[in-house]
Amino acid sequence: MTKAAEIDIASVSKIYGQSTAVHAISLKIPAGTYCCLLGPSGCGKTSTLRMIAGHESISSGDIRLGNTVVTDLPPARRGTAMMFQSYALFPHLDLVDNVAFSLKMKGVDKDERRQKAMDMLRLMQLEAYATRRPAQLSGGQQQRVALARALITDPEALLLDEPLSALDPFLKIRMRAELKRLQTSLGITFVHVTHSQEEAMALADLIVVMNDGRIEQAAAPRVVFERPATAFVARFMGDHNVISGRAASSTNGAVTLDVVNGGQFTAQGAPIEAGQPVDIAVRTDRVRIAPTGVPGLGFTGIVSNIEYRGSTVKLSIDGAGIEDFTAILDDAAFFEQTIKVGDAVPLSWGEADAIVLGRIPI
Amino acid sequence: MVAVTESAPIATAARTRKPGSPLAGLSAYLQALPLFLVLGVFLLLPLILIAIVSFWDYDFAAMYPDFVTFNYTETLGSWVTWKTYLNTLKFAAIVWVITLFVGFWVAYFLAFHVRTASMQTVLFLICTVPFLTSNIIRMISWIPVLGRNGLVNSALVEAGLVSAPVEWLLYSDFAVVLAMVHLYTLFMVTPIFNTLMRIDRALVEAARDAGASSWQVLTNVILPLAKPGMAIGTIFVVTLVMADFSTVQVMSGGQSASVALMMKNQMSLLQYPAAAANAMVLLVLVLIMVAGILRIVDIRKEL
Repeated sequence: MTKAAEIDIASVSKIYGQSTAVHAISLKIPAGTYCCLLGPSGCGKTSTLRMIAGHESISSGDIRLGNTVVTDLPPARRGTAMMFQSYALFPHLDLVDNVAFSLKMKGVDKDERRQKAMDMLRLMQLEAYATRRPAQLSGGQQQRVALARALITDPEALLLDEPLSALDPFLKIRMRAELKRLQTSLGITFVHVTHSQEEAMALADLIVVMNDGRIEQAAAPRVVFERPATAFVARFMGDHNVISGRAASSTNGAVTLDVVNGGQFTAQGAPIEAGQPVDIAVRTDRVRIAPTGVPGLGFTGIVSNIEYRGSTVKLSIDGAGIEDFTAILDDAAFFEQTIKVGDAVPLSWGEADAIVLGRIPI
Repeated sequence: MVAVTESAPIATAARTRKPGSPLAGLSAYLQALPLFLVLGVFLLLPLILIAIVSFWDYDFAAMYPDFVTFNYTETLGSWVTWKTYLNTLKFAAIVWVITLFVGFWVAYFLAFHVRTASMQTVLFLICTVPFLTSNIIRMISWIPVLGRNGLVNSALVEAGLVSAPVEWLLYSDFAVVLAMVHLYTLFMVTPIFNTLMRIDRALVEAARDAGASSWQVLTNVILPLAKPGMAIGTIFVVTLVMADFSTVQVMSGGQSASVALMMKNQMSLLQYPAAAANAMVLLVLVLIMVAGILRIVDIRKEL
């Protein structure tokens, strides 16, 4: 079960009548990768997954799995297996027959397929429930049955459509760990659709952030977190303040921008022609309550809200033409001084904590 | 209900939740009363009367309150009765098979091949249009179509396909079955359509993902999940056919018999106790059949 396949998506589009759900996206998912397609609802991530699975026709472009172009192949002949959002277990069959379903379709005889299904159930620690119907199981158990059913076909890639969304928060974290462990031990490619950035960060080797049918960024979690490519990624991942303005000047490796009716800021990034719109991102957890020594790396604003979160405190600040600037302060640092809503506080951050964001061509 | 008029709604809610409260019990009975009265007066009471009358004695002019069993022994001991029951069961079986087949495919088409919900509604309403006219009219309208000089026969003769009009088209078992299928198919379509609409479309995709062909999806997923709807449709059709007398009378031209028709004839000869005994036997038979269906298929999922 260690034959993983690389998935290569080459300018694939999905068009429903007048509306385009996926705009000519290209993506290479290396063999054996845990890839998360991440984005808000309606961003095209599920359409993309369903096109890889073969449950949605591809309007234009090609998908290659390993060495085979699978664009026109039916789902079962692609070497993929899909796990559905609601698990889609057959309510009229017991667990053994659910798991053995694909073998039955292939015409494997009864004893052999039941034997294999039992082995799979044992792997998922479900053998005690073999004769039960899906409705008699808990959410977590149902998910394991769905996994067993998908994996019995010995797929090269497992496609998961929001697999954890139906579980309660506690179970979600446990099943998350189980998924990761399973992927590591099987070594096959996992493509996992989710709208939770926390889930994607925890699981993925490769995060693909999608918005409005386009890929905003495809990179390792750390890169997506530390160097978000676009304003959308920075906002969606949280943890960054996005400041928009127009470029004033660029020097080597740093861009200065003017915020409309506000301050001037500098951030690291490639030079941008003066007057062009530009977005920069500032890490919320790197903001300090202190006057800045370097111009462009801080401002003074009015505290509009304070949220205590235990180990950290979240401050919302308005000022310098920026609304709802977030600063996450260490609780010790926050309680050293007395800050109240309505106070004017000086904020500053380091040179490396502000970066210029790109814009994807539309 | 009584409590509501007496005190504030909140107090009532608190009171009705107490299981031991006599008022709570009373209001529940009051709520069930209207349906109990309707069923009691129009179903239970007539049934009891028929059961009582079936043990009465009678002659050509009157019925005599009594407790005799010869109404049953005569009914069950007569060769004619057995033949009539067999004939009715034959109609039920043939009509059931045809309506199940046709009904399933119509429902399948409506549920899986018609894309938009509005189109589904329109097509479903079209299915129900014939119900705007009465059963009898729909039946009688077959006569000019199937008759000796009817549409079908004239077309066949004109086209030179047959030399003389086909006789078995009307006033035959064929005509009876045809009319019954026409009348009762919708009773099969509706419940099956209802079950098919409840099948999660992801199940079909999951089956395809597992490599199932269209035929395998049908036999392994859709048919098993449609069973409750089929069972409900079967109960409708079987009970309707078992109790039918007008279709058999009109469409067979009096050449075929059914249990209900036999009862009607007994009643026109004023043999009410005999008809009542017959009715009790039919009732028991149909109840056994329904119980059999419910034993095979669990329809509770549908209710």
